[in-house]
Amino acid sequence: MLLSRLSGHLRGYYKGKLTRIGRSATEAEDLTQEALMAIHTQRHTYHPAEPLTPWVHAIARYKLIDYLRRTRASGADVPIDDAKEVMARDDHIGTESAYDLSRLLTRLPAKMRRAIQSMKLEGLSVAEAAARCGMSESDVKVSVHRGLKVLAASIAREKGAS
Amino acid sequence: MKTEELIAMLSTNVEPVDHRSTVRSIGTAVAASAVLVMAAVILALGLRTDLMGASFIFLLLKVGFLIGILVPASLYLTRLSRPGGERRTSVALIALPFIALMLLAAVSLTFSPRSHWNHMVVGDQWLECLISIPLIAVAPFAMIIWAVRRAAPTNLARTGAFAGLLAGCLSAAGYALHCADDSAPFVALWYGGTIALCTAAGWKLGPRLLRW
Repeated sequence: MLLSRLSGHLRGYYKGKLTRIGRSATEAEDLTQEALMAIHTQRHTYHPAEPLTPWVHAIARYKLIDYLRRTRASGADVPIDDAKEVMARDDHIGTESAYDLSRLLTRLPAKMRRAIQSMKLEGLSVAEAAARCGMSESDVKVSVHRGLKVLAASIAREKGAS
Repeated sequence: MKTEELIAMLSTNVEPVDHRSTVRSIGTAVAASAVLVMAAVILALGLRTDLMGASFIFLLLKVGFLIGILVPASLYLTRLSRPGGERRTSVALIALPFIALMLLAAVSLTFSPRSHWNHMVVGDQWLECLISIPLIAVAPFAMIIWAVRRAAPTNLARTGAFAGLLAGCLSAAGYALHCADDSAPFVALWYGGTIALCTAAGWKLGPRLLRW
């Protein structure tokens, strides 16, 4: 599956960049998830005739720069010796990001939340989800699409605020 | 949240997407703004009244010059709207029509008597031109930014600048329908200047408006 293969590369990329400036592995995981969200919600901007790597790299780099700008103030005073500790720890897969999916979902409008819950978390088909939520099928699709974008944006905001 | 959970969520029931939607929404925004600007200029300012002979040719030349910038700039904007697309744009190509216009203006100044210079550069309605073009450009700029926001530019300042350039050119092309000043120095200074102003505004606003 493309996203899980990419997640390994992205995690490596962000860990490499972030540990060098003394940020934690959790932050690298946050960024990996943000980039995965972006790759998913922006997949319409990828042109099938073009190579995939530059496109993914551009997104990864954009999200890194955006993240560093957002968190500049809080990250500036991380002591240097923290970095060693982070690099010494083997936390490749076990790291969780600081985001809580269920908490993020509660911030979505009810319609989007129900659509994402049924289609993305419980894996219902469009028709089943439409019947369950009492919406039309196209309405469900649009709600999922918009909901994921809102989710990606609220992740970015949460990080900026903290 | 574990990354595996996120991946599982994202990959459940993935809907196919249209890869041409970026080009389409930018194309729609540019076309719709062109119509809007033309309608606004004709309704609010009125067509120039001397649309015969030489002045009609000057109008065509002005609009042609602006279309010469519009077409490559639109193409570049669709590239800039995709991640990594900024590697495939050249600012020099967009500057060429402006440089050509400056040269033309300089040549036409050298071949005319010094007493005409003031009129050729300042024209009759420089103030109206200076105010109208940036003002009319606001609506196209908003429409183009809206279209680009549906995509994912990774160089926000440059993308914003191109959105401003497009909006300025569309606005100037519309204003040309009304403007009765036909000298090359006038067009170079007041059209070129206001378009540069729109571009600079877009360059400044891009990082704020286009973040994703």
